Amino acid sequence: MKAFCRLFSVLDESNRTNDKIAAMRDYFESTPAGAASWALFFLTGKRLPALVKSKALRGWAAQLSGLPDWLVDESYAQVGDLAETVALILPEPEDAPLVALPLDEFIRNHLLPLRDWDTPMQFPFVREAWAGLDQRGRFVYNKLITGAFRVGVSRRLVVRALAELASVEPAVMEHRLMGNWQPSPEAFARLLSEDEGEANPARPYPFYLASPLEGGAEALGDIADWQAEWKWDGIRAQLIRRSGLVILWSRGEDIVSERFPEITREAARLPEGAVLDGEILCWRDDAPLPFNVLQTRIGRKKLTPKILEEAPAVFLAYDCLEVEGQDIRDLPLSRRRELLELLLPEGYAVDADRAILLGERLQAESWSALAELRAQSRSRGVEGLMLKRLASPYQAGRVKGDWWKWKIDPFFIDAVMIYAQAGHGRRAGLHTDYTFAVWDGEDLVPIAKAYSGLTDEEIRRLDNWIKQHTRERHGPVRIVEPQQVFELHFEGLARSTRHRSGLAVRFPRIARWRTDKQPREADTLEGVQALLEQPQQ
Amino acid sequence: MARAPLIRLTQSGLYCEAGGFYIDPWRGVERAVITHAHSDHARRGSEAYLCAQSGVGVLRHRIGAGANIRGLPFGESFSMNGVNVSLHPAGHILGSAQVRVEHAGEVLVVSGDYKTTPDAACETFEPVPCHTFITESTFALPHYRWRPPEEVFGEIDAWWRANQRQGRTSVLFAYSLGKAQRVLAGVDASIGPIGVHGSVEPFLPLYRAEGIRLPDAVKVTPESLPDLKGRGLVVTPGSVQNTTWLQKLGPSSLAFASGWMAVRGARRRQALDRGFVLSDHADWAGLLDAIEATGAGRIGVTHGYSDTFVRYLREERALDAFVVPTRFSGEAATAKDEVEEGES
Ligand SMILES: [Zn+2]
Ligand SMILES: [Zn+2]
Repeated sequence: MKAFCRLFSVLDESNRTNDKIAAMRDYFESTPAGAASWALFFLTGKRLPALVKSKALRGWAAQLSGLPDWLVDESYAQVGDLAETVALILPEPEDAPLVALPLDEFIRNHLLPLRDWDTPMQFPFVREAWAGLDQRGRFVYNKLITGAFRVGVSRRLVVRALAELASVEPAVMEHRLMGNWQPSPEAFARLLSEDEGEANPARPYPFYLASPLEGGAEALGDIADWQAEWKWDGIRAQLIRRSGLVILWSRGEDIVSERFPEITREAARLPEGAVLDGEILCWRDDAPLPFNVLQTRIGRKKLTPKILEEAPAVFLAYDCLEVEGQDIRDLPLSRRRELLELLLPEGYAVDADRAILLGERLQAESWSALAELRAQSRSRGVEGLMLKRLASPYQAGRVKGDWWKWKIDPFFIDAVMIYAQAGHGRRAGLHTDYTFAVWDGEDLVPIAKAYSGLTDEEIRRLDNWIKQHTRERHGPVRIVEPQQVFELHFEGLARSTRHRSGLAVRFPRIARWRTDKQPREADTLEGVQALLEQPQQ
Repeated sequence: MARAPLIRLTQSGLYCEAGGFYIDPWRGVERAVITHAHSDHARRGSEAYLCAQSGVGVLRHRIGAGANIRGLPFGESFSMNGVNVSLHPAGHILGSAQVRVEHAGEVLVVSGDYKTTPDAACETFEPVPCHTFITESTFALPHYRWRPPEEVFGEIDAWWRANQRQGRTSVLFAYSLGKAQRVLAGVDASIGPIGVHGSVEPFLPLYRAEGIRLPDAVKVTPESLPDLKGRGLVVTPGSVQNTTWLQKLGPSSLAFASGWMAVRGARRRQALDRGFVLSDHADWAGLLDAIEATGAGRIGVTHGYSDTFVRYLREERALDAFVVPTRFSGEAATAKDEVEEGES
């Protein structure tokens, strides 16, 4: 626990990539595999579900520190993070014996048992853990039991550190880590010296991610060297057919097979030893349905016949990573595409019963002809184009140069900020989560929530303004005077019955703080609705 | 019989009418009693100043050589129109004082800024029994709790050594008056050469003249730079962040020594490699201990989280607490802001 907490501090405080990698490498090298496997579990962004309710945590901390609840709340408002507040206000421990426990043992003895008890019965466990931990240990513990543990390190860096330790390429390590990796001493040992024969049949390959294309496509050279596809607005996924199994992985590394029975049913008919890369979409009459329809398939606990009927899903395949059990990622895209077309001989002609489709390869003689196709993106319900070099192997992660996403310009509107909420982590204590509205007659109707897009300086200035212009507070949410206008950009717009505005926006972000505009000059709901019909330029 | 209050708040700050003097006035007045030389407490333009004997040097440096400053040894009293005034160590910076005012059997103490933890570079805080205690409240929330300073200096030394091994200069942001000298007195000077910013350097002889032992420290100049680069500790106000002055120090690790560094978010918002929790103000427990030690029943709260602290003292400690408004609000929360907002 001590070594893990120390590693956490270094990763949390350091701004230097090399220091972070060195700290992780040292940690993994000097830590027994059981503890190291749990550390890796957390470092790669996996989390235990929340075991303890935040409200209970706050109450217990108040009780043990002898402070009134309102004062704990005052501290919380300043610190901006409950786990940290609690760690800071609890009485100093006499000594901290639990810090010496190996991480895996600590988790087994002091975290996992919390699952078996309801809130009042959890208190003795939590109190005992607090009594045996120092301040930093308590912070990490509080984060872990509230399911909010995050570390200031990207997965890419973790992979690099492990790859250095195992003396393999990062792409190889990335592959070993794919799938639903579970912590155990054996699993950790396998990462460092893998016997390829033992590979888990369910394990996916790392996804190859495209980079945004800035400027025109002409700079990419001869169009004949490139394959163009639509850029779909769905869930990136990998479909695996191996050892008699079908597994559908989302890019977030969740198994989503059960969410999409129509896809997995059809995938069972694929030949053994095949892995496809593609996109899950809801699809009707030869065209994709908006993303919010697809969301109805993810959000539901149970799939009803009604949902299956209203939101039929397909897997649109655009690449092939394994054929007859052979890893073909090093073959050029042109060859992989041929093999993909052999696997899906029916091509992309859609009929009602098909749930696995071949992604269309767009034909254009010139970049300008392709740009014309791209201009149809919005009416086709896609986000733009993908450009993939025909000679490119299938690489791991975001490797620039061979795969580009050439998105259409976003929608933009001017909207008024109406609510603000404090952020967490790096921006703890500052108001960084905003809700924006547009005019519907005399009313302001919420249209989007956005977190990003302002500079640190603007955030601080806005935070100050918010604190001075709060009309009402509802828990963490402040209702502010509707005075500040912002230009918002977003990628998609669809009708929605779940939002008061009747519209769902996709990927909203703040483009500019329009201090030059009066609230009355912000857009109207009517105006935003009109964007739905607007063709893409 | 209702009496006029011994001290009241005016446009110019806290005023003792019976004695005809102000304490830490915000603008020029006839007679000013100064708790300490930080710019939010000591302003230029008054006709006569009274401060602790050991603080005269630093106060003169701050408000000008021509100022009329009288030094009073700690514990000695001085009468102004029948009001007895004495100064008592506040433990904040060299010569920082609590002002004790006694008139017709009533005793009132204005704390100024203070801390109860030890500091090798200044006198140790002494509680003064009184009826009314006007306390600061810069860190008056329970999540502010200081570690023993020797632990913090151990962390600073370890950071300095680690930087040295990697060929980085250790740059520590600290207020030029008070914190900087405390850091110098606290670190292990055998680790390597120490450099200070030009705003820190003038205070060193003034501290040494009062018997404070400080290690050798050179002003950062083109001549001293080669020796400091990659191995030295440089103590400087944070206002040098993002300046060429800082760039000249070569590859560096940047740290800030401040009470605000107790909160992770405050640390992470600034582009710092480390934050050391080292404050010259009292923490939550320090404030409560100090208040209790005075035995005062009336507590004025100023300079910080006044409203919250007043509520706590009233509801949980059954004290007659009230807010004393101030124009200033404690320690700057970021290394960069300290100069604009004034030190505390
Ligand atoms: Zn001060
Ligand atoms: Zn001050």
